[in-house]
Amino acid sequence: MMDWMPQGLWFEVCLKVFFAFMMVGAVMTMAGYSVLAERKVSAWMQGRVGPNRTVLPFVEYIPIFGPLLKKLGMFQPLADGLKFLFKEEIVPGHVNKFYYYLAPLIALVPALTTMTVLPFGQMYWNDGTVSTLALADLEVGILFVFAVSSLGVYGIALAGWSSNSKYSFLGGIRSSAQMISYELAMGLSLLPVFLWVCAPGSSESGLSLSAIANSQSGGAWLFLVQPLSALIFLIALFAETNRLPFDMPESETDLVGGFHTEYGSFKFGIFFVAEYAHIVIGSAIFTVIFLGGWHFLPFMEDPWPANWIGSLLGVGWFLAKTIFLIFFFIWIRWTLPRFRYDQVMHLGWSKLLPLALVNLIVYLLIVTVIDQNAAANL
Amino acid sequence: MNAVDLLFWLFAILSVGGGLAMIFSRHPVSAAMFMIVSLVGVAALFVLLESFFLAILQVLVYAGAVMVLFLFIIMLLDVGPEAGKRKLGHFKMGIFGVLATVLLVGTLLTLGNSFDSLALDQSIWPELSEPKDGPSQSLPFSTQVSSFGYGLMTKYMLPIQISGFMLLAAMVGVIILSKKTPGREDVN
Amino acid sequence: MPPPTFELIMAKTVVLERKPLSFSERTYLPQIATGLKTTFSNMFKPKVTLQYPEEKPVIPNNYRGVPTLVKDPNGREKCVSCQLCEFVCPPKAIRITPGSVPEDQDDREHVEKAPQEFEINMLRCIYCGYCQEVCPEEAIFLQDEYSSSGFTREEMINNKEKLYELGGTLPDRHYKWDKKKEAETDGNTH
Ligand code: SF4
Ligand code: SF4
Repeated sequence: MMDWMPQGLWFEVCLKVFFAFMMVGAVMTMAGYSVLAERKVSAWMQGRVGPNRTVLPFVEYIPIFGPLLKKLGMFQPLADGLKFLFKEEIVPGHVNKFYYYLAPLIALVPALTTMTVLPFGQMYWNDGTVSTLALADLEVGILFVFAVSSLGVYGIALAGWSSNSKYSFLGGIRSSAQMISYELAMGLSLLPVFLWVCAPGSSESGLSLSAIANSQSGGAWLFLVQPLSALIFLIALFAETNRLPFDMPESETDLVGGFHTEYGSFKFGIFFVAEYAHIVIGSAIFTVIFLGGWHFLPFMEDPWPANWIGSLLGVGWFLAKTIFLIFFFIWIRWTLPRFRYDQVMHLGWSKLLPLALVNLIVYLLIVTVIDQNAAANL
Repeated sequence: MNAVDLLFWLFAILSVGGGLAMIFSRHPVSAAMFMIVSLVGVAALFVLLESFFLAILQVLVYAGAVMVLFLFIIMLLDVGPEAGKRKLGHFKMGIFGVLATVLLVGTLLTLGNSFDSLALDQSIWPELSEPKDGPSQSLPFSTQVSSFGYGLMTKYMLPIQISGFMLLAAMVGVIILSKKTPGREDVN
Repeated sequence: MPPPTFELIMAKTVVLERKPLSFSERTYLPQIATGLKTTFSNMFKPKVTLQYPEEKPVIPNNYRGVPTLVKDPNGREKCVSCQLCEFVCPPKAIRITPGSVPEDQDDREHVEKAPQEFEINMLRCIYCGYCQEVCPEEAIFLQDEYSSSGFTREEMINNKEKLYELGGTLPDRHYKWDKKKEAETDGNTH
């Protein structure tokens, strides 16, 4: 068991830690820039220009490039982050100090932990072998994602409770109810997908994310095969990440700021980043499961060569899809109004859940029929 | 002592300590949080046994869903540190104490007896029906998800059906209990 | 004649039959797609915002900005220090110290008074325009200046000098005092 541990232990550990830091860096950067994207896209959709003034002093003087970066607000995330860091830290007197400080951390850590199992590309080695690029390509990857992200709700619930204020409390309660409700539909919507991929006769068996992505190589993407599952999963993803049609926990029109009403400065910043990290990871997972991951278009073989260039292009393609999905998240946010709380519950329990169940049963029958036919033809 | 042992002790202490802290903490919310710590500790122990599936189910079901509901209820009812201080009478306490001791001793004895004869492929449960075609030996013991699925759908078909039926009954019961029938007046 | 009854006054309300929603409408998905299309096409429309410090908005003529004191086209002070504006100003933003017109200004000898000091506290002013409305001499105007800022409270009190600097000269339709002077020289006082 774990016989690699003794020899080269430190090397292995250091390598893993290094990769982990790189991954955290990448996701955090993407989270920071999705905040910028949110501001920019919302501005464009509303006929505004968005942040276009922040710039580093020396970059400004680069011809063409500098002003362009400035106009796109590329340095705005930096300024935002610094602002959060240097704001006055206010802790209201009525809070439960311990949980008040703990809550932002609990909100952020699961968001960053889920990415350990996230595959984001393929490495073509020189000797012809192919391995998946991921921190840990678990066999039960998707379950890991569900398990860890379901812990994220504690951050919000504790924040709401420890703040000791009505608005925060309502936000926390709403959020936990919403998360529990949509987790069911989310899990059920994925069952047919795995049934399909691991159908008898296929080489796959298990819940691995990389296997799912690879099963779509050269064939149909899964959202073409299972549109209903994709739709339910996407809606549940919006609910789980508390994005706008479902942003009950912080609906500012009726709850001031929701669960983070009493939070300020850097602690609020952590909540903010955690929300966007959730979006980034959620988009990546949707890409892996339904949009073919790092593979090119549906029904097409990957056009890139099977070497390191191909690996890089694959990762780039994966990133492009993920970024499109992040854009989609933002796009939806600035298009749809917020649901009422009872509508959220109604949609979750009496629309999505039965729909997911029916979807599961239909695909169960289809897979059985295919299986029987295959057996009969043998 | 190698790294795995070190990790084992770490997580063992975490789970047992979390359990104890849960029992002794005054505040319900703290107790719930300690229970989560304990559950996650146990999940980590499963990981050390390379049983990722069990570990993840532990976190997903207990820490992720059941405890959220607990916390939810605790917060909704706003139970303070003073709640649950209702004293049991000495007599009742005695009965519960004796029962608990009997249970503990019984478990220890059974475990102690069965440890000698217990090999991995033998279960202390009575054998249920073996599948007629394709005996379970064709799939060697492993921690893979597919072997779990195979076992549940063949060897342990009856237990899984029974527990499923029990859960269904519980669900129907909850619906009946919580549903407001128009004719019946609420007791409260 | 009896007073008209309620029904007669109000137009009759017609309750329209609502068509039941079709299945696709009940899923809301086509509607969401339409909404997405709208927002997406909006992204490429020209922007309506101004880049403020660099681009300034066009101020319409009847804009009510900072109250200022104006001079007549001959460059003479119009305010006669009647203090009506001080009296009418709802938040009491105006403070006037009256004084007399210097003897050497012979073209203004019919005017008896002029403000020695005239202060408008822009931290109090609510831009109501009453001062402009009440002024019998048309000496005070709310003009197109809209951004007044300062680092201290003292800076935000506009004194007489500042008020004239902001106000400048406005065309005058009446030349009231000139007419009075003419009348007097023609021996026709009042
Ligand atoms: S505009 Fe109104 S508030 Fe301002 S000085 Fe004139 S009367 Fe006073
Ligand atoms: S500005 Fe007009 S109202 Fe005010 S004191 Fe002068 S003349 Fe009178």
